[in-house]
Amino acid sequence: MEAPLLVNMEETVSVILFGVGFTMLMLHRNLIKKIMGMNIMDTAVYLFLAVKGYIKGRMVPIVTDGIQDVSAYINPVPSGLVLTGIVVSVSTTALMLALTIRLYERYGSLDLDEILMRAKEEERI
Amino acid sequence: MRFFEIILLFCLVVCAVSVGFMKDLLTSIVIFMSYSLIMCVIWVLLQSPDLAITEAAVGAGVTSILFFVTLKKIRAIRKEDGHEQTER
Amino acid sequence: MSRQRDDYEKSWWKRFKGWVDGEWDPLASGMEIRVPGSKPEERVTAAPKYLTEAGTPEEGSPAKGAAVGSESPKDPHPSLYDGRGIRYFRRFYQIMSVLLCLSIIFVLLWTVSYLPVFGNAGNPDNNEVSARYIERGLQETGAVNIVTGMILDYRAFDTFGESCVLFIASCCVLVLLRIDVEVKDGQSESGLKKRLAEANDRIYEPKNDIILQKCAGVLVPLILVFGIYIVLNGHLSPGGGFSGGAVLGSGLILYLNAFGFGKTERFFTEKVYRRVTLSALTFYCLAKSYSFFTGANHLESGIPLGTPGAILSSGLILPLNICVGLVVACTMYAFYTLFRKGGM
Repeated sequence: MEAPLLVNMEETVSVILFGVGFTMLMLHRNLIKKIMGMNIMDTAVYLFLAVKGYIKGRMVPIVTDGIQDVSAYINPVPSGLVLTGIVVSVSTTALMLALTIRLYERYGSLDLDEILMRAKEEERI
Repeated sequence: MRFFEIILLFCLVVCAVSVGFMKDLLTSIVIFMSYSLIMCVIWVLLQSPDLAITEAAVGAGVTSILFFVTLKKIRAIRKEDGHEQTER
Repeated sequence: MSRQRDDYEKSWWKRFKGWVDGEWDPLASGMEIRVPGSKPEERVTAAPKYLTEAGTPEEGSPAKGAAVGSESPKDPHPSLYDGRGIRYFRRFYQIMSVLLCLSIIFVLLWTVSYLPVFGNAGNPDNNEVSARYIERGLQETGAVNIVTGMILDYRAFDTFGESCVLFIASCCVLVLLRIDVEVKDGQSESGLKKRLAEANDRIYEPKNDIILQKCAGVLVPLILVFGIYIVLNGHLSPGGGFSGGAVLGSGLILYLNAFGFGKTERFFTEKVYRRVTLSALTFYCLAKSYSFFTGANHLESGIPLGTPGAILSSGLILPLNICVGLVVACTMYAFYTLFRKGGM
């Protein structure tokens, strides 16, 4: 089991990063830390996809010197997928941060437990 | 080159873990920025410069700026509340 | 003369212009709009209650980690972490979440150990799709950069959806963070709030910092020219609309930081944002619909592909790249200004 993990080192690291981000998302009470954990999870998935498209000893998928052979370039499909994903992740991050600012204005706290507690108190009144 | 990649991947994990353990939000945002930059170098090594440019501009640039502005906004709100408190 | 003017008042273009500028909305009659005024009052009455209940000003909590908090005397709400049950629940929650994450990592690692070897050409994801893109991409799209040719020609509607996602996200941020100035009865209060927001905005930074202004005077033109280069050269070299637009947006953000809102509002207001985004998205949609329509029916589209490698080549990819770049740059700049002062 260890040998494939060491050979596929990028995949291993991306899975570990996914776990770290997921832990941050679940364990931290601070909303900004949660958003950072979410971003780390995003980046881990992108790393995994980009690693899947890499082929050893081949070039960037830009046609050079008119060579159009498959054996010259890496796989361009994961690059395209990840490129669109990165820009969407920044827009979701901006949306989450805007929600965080609104929550702070309303409840005066970044702690998720406190926010939930105060919301419940308000409902009771 | 493989050795360089191993060092970068190790730094990536260290940065991700220390983002979680930092108590100060500003420090963790700066570490997150460096995490994005390391990721950008890894993408250059993985032969996809399109992703590297996008990550350097978006991940390390705009996302960190948005985090900084959020932090600043929150501090401004807290300061405003403090003023109200002292006036009463 | 007056007759012509009447015609213009009733004309289609006038109504379209009014709709773009936000003077007239065909959907406004069908929408349920809550009158502003009840919501802010509720907030104003609700907020001091907490402050008086808590006794101490809100401080300390945001930088707190996961473990600290229950024993610290500065805790603004001692009732929250006081109960024994809640503390046990938190400990239980932490242990369970760590266990869950470790098990997820273990399962994923187990899967990774069965994956095909890294960097091998015979991996199942290097199939006929990517082979087709590489072998025929230059002839079919005219783009030297295969990735750009893929995302702006074969998968162009995917990219269109993503530009719309960016636009919708900026609209949502606008809804969430906007500070409204046009409240009818509470005119003075909202104006005060807006002024307070603008004053708070620059509270931690020096106004008109000479070092920052000199550096920005050197850097901003370079950054903008580099962004334009990335956008225009998207089909020849690495880059394209997304990265170039982000670079352009960050250049604008640096300019705004150095010289303040007064200078940027000369050329970038909300009206400019609305017009640029709307026209870019509309042009993208129409151009790509035409291209797909003719392509699907085996018609001649009449768009020359040009010689590969020239700057004016590859058919629709260059204008589409410019459209995407404009949308992305406007969205990044709009995010920043909305976060700073709640408006453009």
